[in-house]
Amino acid sequence: MADIRNNFVGIKSPNPFWLASAPPTDKAYNVERAFKAGWGGVVWKTLGEEGPPVVNVNGPRYGAIWGADRRLLGLNNIELITDRDLYTNLREMKEVKKNWPDRAIVASIMVPCEEQAWKAILPLVEETEVDGIELNFGCPHGMSERGMGSAVGQVPEYIEMVVRWCKQYTRMPVITKLTPNITDIRHPARAAKRGGTDAVSLINTISSIVSVDLDTFSPNPSVGGKGSHGGYCGPAVKPIALNMVAEIARDPETYGLPISGIGGITTWRDAAEFLALGAGNVQVCTAAMTYGFKIVQEMITGLSDWMDEKGHRSLDDVICRAVPNVTDWQYLNLNYIAKAHIDQDACIKCGRCHIACEDTSHQAITSMVDGVRHFEVMEEECVGCNLCVNVCPVENCITMEALPAGELDKRTGKVVDPTYANWTQHPNNPMARQAAE
Amino acid sequence: MERLGNGPKAGIEAGRLTAADYEANFADLHPRLDRHEALVESDRCYFCYDAPCMTACPTSIDIPLFIRQIQTGNPLGSAKTIFDQNILGGMCARVCPTETLCEQACVRNTAEDKPVEIGKLQRYSTDIAMEQGRQFYSRKAPTGKTIAVVGAGPAGLAAAHRLAMHGHSVVVLEAREKAGGLNEYGIATYKAVDDFAAREVDYVTAIGGIEIRNGQALGRDFSLSDLTAQYDAVFLGMGLAGVNGLGIEGEALTGVEDAVDFIAALRQAKDKSVLPIGRRVVVLGGGMTAIDAAIQSKLLGAEEVTICYRRGKENMNASPYEQDLATANGVIIRHWLAPKSIIGKDGTVAGIEVEYTAIRDGRLIGTGETGVIAADQIFKAIGQTFSASGLGALQFEKGKIVVDAEGRTSIEGVWAGGDCIGTGEDLTVSAVAQGRDAAESIAKALAAAAQPATAVA
Ligand SMILES: Cc1cc2nc3c(=O)[nH]c(=O)nc-3n(C[C@H](O)[C@H](O)[C@H](O)COP(=O)(O)OP(=O)(O)OC[C@H]3O[C@@H](n4cnc5c(N)ncnc54)[C@H](O)[C@@H]3O)c2cc1C
Ligand SMILES: Cc1cc2nc3c(=O)[nH]c(=O)nc-3n(C[C@H](O)[C@H](O)[C@H](O)COP(=O)(O)O)c2cc1C
Ligand code: SF4
Ligand code: SF4
Ligand code: SF4
Repeated sequence: MADIRNNFVGIKSPNPFWLASAPPTDKAYNVERAFKAGWGGVVWKTLGEEGPPVVNVNGPRYGAIWGADRRLLGLNNIELITDRDLYTNLREMKEVKKNWPDRAIVASIMVPCEEQAWKAILPLVEETEVDGIELNFGCPHGMSERGMGSAVGQVPEYIEMVVRWCKQYTRMPVITKLTPNITDIRHPARAAKRGGTDAVSLINTISSIVSVDLDTFSPNPSVGGKGSHGGYCGPAVKPIALNMVAEIARDPETYGLPISGIGGITTWRDAAEFLALGAGNVQVCTAAMTYGFKIVQEMITGLSDWMDEKGHRSLDDVICRAVPNVTDWQYLNLNYIAKAHIDQDACIKCGRCHIACEDTSHQAITSMVDGVRHFEVMEEECVGCNLCVNVCPVENCITMEALPAGELDKRTGKVVDPTYANWTQHPNNPMARQAAE
Repeated sequence: MERLGNGPKAGIEAGRLTAADYEANFADLHPRLDRHEALVESDRCYFCYDAPCMTACPTSIDIPLFIRQIQTGNPLGSAKTIFDQNILGGMCARVCPTETLCEQACVRNTAEDKPVEIGKLQRYSTDIAMEQGRQFYSRKAPTGKTIAVVGAGPAGLAAAHRLAMHGHSVVVLEAREKAGGLNEYGIATYKAVDDFAAREVDYVTAIGGIEIRNGQALGRDFSLSDLTAQYDAVFLGMGLAGVNGLGIEGEALTGVEDAVDFIAALRQAKDKSVLPIGRRVVVLGGGMTAIDAAIQSKLLGAEEVTICYRRGKENMNASPYEQDLATANGVIIRHWLAPKSIIGKDGTVAGIEVEYTAIRDGRLIGTGETGVIAADQIFKAIGQTFSASGLGALQFEKGKIVVDAEGRTSIEGVWAGGDCIGTGEDLTVSAVAQGRDAAESIAKALAAAAQPATAVA
């Protein structure tokens, strides 16, 4: 059996699946239920300063987009940090940690960008004996209007400053949670590292308007006829999150910095992909909010069964395995040639590949052969773009087949070159570097 | 059969069931999908290119488009897409044997043996549009031409609507008391509940310019030459008004009936409990009419209903779905049995003698082996025939009107479509397609005639 125990910056948990700081981790009741269901750890819903707690809207706070059969693909929220009293949260955190010593509990914190504010809250959190803290520099709505959340996360200098304070005033491991609402995720990650963070976690939610009510012309969720941008999460954001995790994992300046991967993780597969791209563990919010805590059982068994099948003994065998394969476009091998191939036995003849290629690609798929409805790739036209594979409703019906070296590419009339050659060396590139001879 | 104790009454009796049973038995076979069901089902459509379902539809409805319109919350747009090709799309959604038409061709049949439920989706949007009384078409400027349509069945109605759209005036001459043809008098009760056939006639004629004259029979009240003399063009959509006879002993006994008459009476009866039905019923035939007569006999409370068909299961005109529907309703279907004579007692039916059949050297023969099935009532459903007179020199082949691809008959100015033509398929949807196409051909011919002839170089 694969060993899926997790050690993330010294915080141990029986598996790498944590619940992200959000409604599922807002109080002892939820967290106890999550631990009973099998979650390895939680990042408690973000705590604010001592004093009267924040207030949430009293109307709808979520919006969504759906795929076929109303499967939830993207969720959007305008919820703020915890609206419960700080001391209630701290008391519950302490109690739950005592009851569940083998699970990870991390406190998420968001207080004003002042040294005194951080200095005041850190000892209170430390006293609960939870395992670490996560700095919420992510919320793109509400709190950011008050100079917190993503308003901090968008300024690398602030990140560095706050992280430094935290490292100074607590012995607890510090995880810095990044906002994706920036142009280049490497800058805030580098800043966090300079400040001495133990890890980064990402992504928080993406600024979004999820839909507009066409009867009232109000954005959704509509609070009395008005809407405000919210934070977007769920399966739809996974590709964005994966890229950001990979960017940090392969950046020479942050190389080796532990990453907690977040964003759209719904199945064990999603989690494994985050681990492979450099995440040391993962955090989940929307999937739990959609299906309940039980989904972790699918994640645990799926990950460990896959690891068994592939012979990966521990998470370290998986973590970062895909990172060396992430490169810049300019280094992709232009001599690699692939062609689409349709498995005629699997094809159900819907014609989507044909019309996609015909209308929007390279006119490389037949629709009729000898008067019979028939879909087949014309290799002399196919550029191997993969569009047909993506639109075909039958999995593995169309596959991309690499042309072996020495074979003729019927489209260009050239023989496939076995050597590697990229854009930096290409004759059409005015900036081409001459191969050193 | 004394051992059945207080079992069903022998002979042909009305009121075999309770009021609640009658109501349940003749309720809608497939109630309309609700919004949620329609959204779930429409999500399954792949929006195929050159969609096979569309090719399989005799009226070529743009199925992927109308389904996508349902899915995006536009049922009225969806209904218009359907009506553009098939103004009787509401009835077709109820009666088309989709399992042998569009749904058979659906690629999801290949994918997972479960087609998109095109018929049910079609009903969803057409019902919404019809309930809202939404009319999508208006008439072009009046042309001053008047066209006679004989028969207010699906073919005649589709032709009339299309002609009205082109600005022509239409007079529909219908022999029966009500319009609708077999939609009104033939289709099984549970497929078109709540007077749908009549409501559809109103919906179709609401475009204006269509006058239906009931009780007007070609051959009795007027002849074809009267019509050609009086009108600018004529469309014949009389269907098949005659029925085939058995030509065997005992056919005249009380209790031997034509299935189509039985069904017509059933369709017209508001109160089904007044309809007499045999305790044991035998239906002769293998088509849709046989199936419908058998099922509805069962639904009226017959104890034992047997369909006798002289060939095998695979030869039956009724689709496998229809056959299954019959057996699910307790009908027994027996193959390779031909009627030999009807046995009577005191002038009424007591049973039927049947002979086993087989195929020898490619021909159907009787094997000589016989048997008797006890019956109080026998329905003949062995095919309908063309029957009308006053047609002058109109050309026929195998008892049906000869037409070309556009529906033109051998007489100039006379078109025909539906069950009465040689290429008729005994399907509502085909009759609609032929009526519509003939109307286009008529409109084209009249427009050409109205243009002064100019040389085209
Ligand atoms: C019992 C039964 C069940 C059926 N079930 C189905 C089904 O489930 N699905 C399906 O697709 N098809 C079914 N069909 C077939 C379908 O009903 C016909 O194919 C379709 O109605 C043909 O349309 P039509 O307009 O050509 O003829 P009809 O519907 O027969 O209409 C002809 C009209 O012309 C009138 N008429 C006849 N003679 C004259 C005359 N001399 N002068 C004036 N008017 C005249 C008739 O009264 C009638 O109104 C069924 C048929 C029967 C008999
Ligand atoms: C309703 C809601 C409230 C959230 N509140 C917080 C929060 O208080 N603090 C925080 O760091 N992130 C918060 N998030 C962001 C999530 O922790 C997580 O980063 C994001 O949802 C992406 O992960 P997912 O795709 O698995 O949902 C919230 C998300 C949602 C949906
Ligand atoms: S890979 Fe691209 S070019 Fe080739 S057949 Fe598919 S869609 Fe067309
Ligand atoms: S998209 Fe796939 S299933 Fe559809 S025709 Fe093309 S290869 Fe066949
Ligand atoms: S064949 Fe089926 S999946 Fe394709 S367009 Fe028609 S209904 Fe939709």
